[in-house]
Amino acid sequence: MTAEAVDTDILHVAREQVLERGERLTYDQIVQVLQTSDDQLDELLAIAHEVRMRFMGPDVEVEGIISLKTGGCPEDCHFCSQSGQFTSPVRSVWLNVPELVRAAKLTRDTGASEFCIVAAVRGPDAKLMEQLREAVAAIRDSVDINVAASIGILTAEQAAEMADMGIHRYNHNLEAGRSFFPQVVTTHSWEERWDTCQLIKDSGMELCCGGLVGMGESIEQRAELADQLGELEPHEVPLNFLNPRPGTPFGDLPVMPANDALRCIAAFRLALPRTILRYAGGRELTLGDLGTRSGLLGGINAVIVGNYLTTLGRDPKEDLALLDDLKMPIKALTDTF
Amino acid sequence: MGAHDGAPLASDSLAASDGLAESDSPVAVFCPRCGIPLEHGDHTVCRAALALEPPRYCPTCRRRMVVQVTPSDWTARCVEHGETTRSTWAPA
Repeated sequence: MTAEAVDTDILHVAREQVLERGERLTYDQIVQVLQTSDDQLDELLAIAHEVRMRFMGPDVEVEGIISLKTGGCPEDCHFCSQSGQFTSPVRSVWLNVPELVRAAKLTRDTGASEFCIVAAVRGPDAKLMEQLREAVAAIRDSVDINVAASIGILTAEQAAEMADMGIHRYNHNLEAGRSFFPQVVTTHSWEERWDTCQLIKDSGMELCCGGLVGMGESIEQRAELADQLGELEPHEVPLNFLNPRPGTPFGDLPVMPANDALRCIAAFRLALPRTILRYAGGRELTLGDLGTRSGLLGGINAVIVGNYLTTLGRDPKEDLALLDDLKMPIKALTDTF
Repeated sequence: MGAHDGAPLASDSLAASDGLAESDSPVAVFCPRCGIPLEHGDHTVCRAALALEPPRYCPTCRRRMVVQVTPSDWTARCVEHGETTRSTWAPA
């Protein structure tokens, strides 16, 4: 069988298996999708979009994120400017509760239904848990928005405590496929991340779990991440594209080619047909305006609006105008996928 | 589909942040992104990058600033030269 024949076949398989029968792609099939040519990209994105529309509908979930504690992290995630182990210029800083509430209100004003509080830590200590409790209570008292959190590796008791606070979704990324993870992080293991993800699911909170692409991983390792996420079955997958940050070990890596990023979007959608697939960090740099639109027509059904944790994003008006143009309504606060 | 080149965003609000720390400073000597003196080297890449990231170094004294990013704005504080805040979106 020629390479061309294999490429053609995988698109047919994706249509039959995922779109018609609702069964996610296998690891080998994801690899084949990631190996499709630029000439096939339009068709691939169209299939992924059909899958998204069939199983998730036209709505787009909008979220804002904020850093409660920036920088000074003891972990060595090689993509992250917040590690205290690198010579990144990012300095440690904490945000106070009134600022968190203000940010939640502004985020809600965009129509967003999600607001995620993030801290650069290995895992929460008692002080951070108390601050989070105070912040969540203050936001829930005055802003009509779902509150999510991402503060590292958890114990079962901490997961239960967060569910009790009213945190409805918890983010903890796998970051990379299992075989590539040791080249990305050495201060904790992929298995520790997997275990925390299982704890979150057991706690009753929704699991948000994704990763990054463009860190020098192979096509097979990229497919591995998508396949392992498919096995984990998170409620949401945030897909980040590496934004090489000065001072980090990955600071000199090239920005991922836009067509490779779009292939990833389609592949992740076909590996996760019933999961919220969110544009996360790096899309502005990797895809620009035109690519952002293509991704929303290629499997993406959620966005982060505004700025990220240490870098800047698009003005929400641009994203909201794009969604309006694409006739993709913002997911209402009360809706659940 | 034609190739997407990942072209920079055409965002007025973000473009307005380009060089902001320099213009805020009475005497901009250092690049707010890399901290190297502006008269040394080519800072074209830094200027472009500042469309999508806040300044990290005080343009007057090169101290690393304490920077807080929120969904709608950023604040950068130099212990010697004070604080700069920029909104990156206009409220709906």
